[in-house]
Amino acid sequence: MGLTIAEKIFKDHLIDEPFGDVSVLKLDRVFCHEITTPIAILDLMDRGKDRVFDPDKIKAVIDHVTPAKDSKTAMQGKILREWAKRHGIKDFFDIGHNGVCHAIFPEKGFVHPGFTIIMGDSHTCTHGAFGAFAAGVGTTDLEVGILKGVCTFKKPDTYKLEITGTKPAGVYAKDIILKIIQELTVNGATNMVIEFAGEVVDKMSMEERMTLSNMAVEAGATCGICAPDMTTVEYLWEFIKDDYAGKKEALESFSRYKSDRDARYVKEKTIDVSRMEPLTTFGHKPDNVKPVSQMAGTKVDQVYIGSCTNGRIEDLRVAAKVLKGNKINENVRAIVSPATPKIFSQALAQGLINIFMDAGFCVTNPTCGACLGMSNGVLAEGEVAAATTNRNFNGRMGKGGMVHLMSPATAAATAIKGEIANSEMFTL
Amino acid sequence: MKNFIGNVLFLDRSDINTDEIIPAKYLTENDKTALKPHLLEDLKLPGFDSAKDLDDKQIIITKANFGCGSSREHAPWALEVNGIHVVIAKSFARIFRQNMFNCGMLAIALSDADIEMIDSEFAHTSTNVSIDVENGIIHLSSEEKEYNIEFSISDFDKALIKIGGWVEYADLHY
Repeated sequence: MGLTIAEKIFKDHLIDEPFGDVSVLKLDRVFCHEITTPIAILDLMDRGKDRVFDPDKIKAVIDHVTPAKDSKTAMQGKILREWAKRHGIKDFFDIGHNGVCHAIFPEKGFVHPGFTIIMGDSHTCTHGAFGAFAAGVGTTDLEVGILKGVCTFKKPDTYKLEITGTKPAGVYAKDIILKIIQELTVNGATNMVIEFAGEVVDKMSMEERMTLSNMAVEAGATCGICAPDMTTVEYLWEFIKDDYAGKKEALESFSRYKSDRDARYVKEKTIDVSRMEPLTTFGHKPDNVKPVSQMAGTKVDQVYIGSCTNGRIEDLRVAAKVLKGNKINENVRAIVSPATPKIFSQALAQGLINIFMDAGFCVTNPTCGACLGMSNGVLAEGEVAAATTNRNFNGRMGKGGMVHLMSPATAAATAIKGEIANSEMFTL
Repeated sequence: MKNFIGNVLFLDRSDINTDEIIPAKYLTENDKTALKPHLLEDLKLPGFDSAKDLDDKQIIITKANFGCGSSREHAPWALEVNGIHVVIAKSFARIFRQNMFNCGMLAIALSDADIEMIDSEFAHTSTNVSIDVENGIIHLSSEEKEYNIEFSISDFDKALIKIGGWVEYADLHY
């Protein structure tokens, strides 16, 4: 019997199966940020176990609230900063060098096919885009990960999603993942790994794959995995070029982490994107999805482009293409947060930042802030946001606020119109 | 082992997410007790008032996919500092469920039929529950009736409950 990608990774990392119930896996990476890690650090200190299993496998960043907005967030940063220093964690990204965790860690080459990764953040599933098994965990799992380099998981039942057809103009990876969540519902893949496959995924850039994998958790999935291929090799090449004779050899090595032809999936589904329209959400669940055309005319107060879902350079390019030569509506305020300093620099060099500013956007430093209503663009009661983020939960961007999730193109078009709008009218 | 007995709060809705259980703005707290007054403060449920309805409740009984969304362990902590050590539901989001057991708390999944039965028999009465972890029995009682329902959790989950959580277990074994 063949194995899926996730099963192969489990097999390579298994160290124990207590009671035959769960798999205890050895970890290749433990990622940390300043919101969920400090309590783990303080608890380890309390227990007299202030140690780390391997400082080179632990990567840390201050990203959720940065620069600190008050004494409490300053203290969270301080605890993480001092801990990283104390334990010789070299890959710690502080202000000036920091960015949204799920954008900056892949960008630094920390995620390779076949890796096991945990982080105290539900969108850790993003890193599955590289053919890794990456899962969000709570602080206790994180704490044990930091101390012992292990974590437990149930066996990785895999849900294969074959994405076929040709993306129509105006439809992006974000629209596809919204459609998937709509079809699977918010718990359709709970305790499962989603494997994204098919010609549409094969043609996607790593950025697009990360957008897909990022929202796998909104369907309940543990991880969203894409098989590694030449696109993965190209993205990682600058970091791995000394390890392989050439790209072909790297690809051959990575191909170990493709599902076998006779792998067994617990569920399979094919989604044809050829007739899709751009999509957006309504209500307070990410599976409440409608075509943008049906939501057109919905007034918004704030547009936000950024986050671990859609704050990467391609996202900014697409939004800037829509915005170029246009001004945002006078009743809208718009914010763009490039997800990392590198993306910010690229956007500057490519003239995208000017386009955003000329259109009337506020350009912020890289941070998660607004997406979860912690800083940098919190909504007032009764306000409506159009956002390229991942959750429209009640109160998510601020108590009493409403969030409509959408692609960067749709968000840019919405900023110009002041109401939910299809991007096609600005790019044709 | 924590104690698994108390009065029931019925939350008649599916997909209650961790942002509703504890909003992100409180994630800047490094002291779990600071979460206490904010439990379920953003819950979207008609008629629910977190300031009153949580009073003297130690057990939550709810519908499907409880604890979806953010991985924040502040959600089980916010329950814990309010004296709630048990959530019984049709199903849970993976991370929330794991966080509960990692903290030595109980997340019990029952069949849809069992939850609907409990709902129709007990939801509008003052109900007390006690849980026998060893034998897998939930004992429900109200002024008028009593009922036992069987449940199962894995041996590994049981081990976490008994030892107090995942840090303790991992420390012993790895």
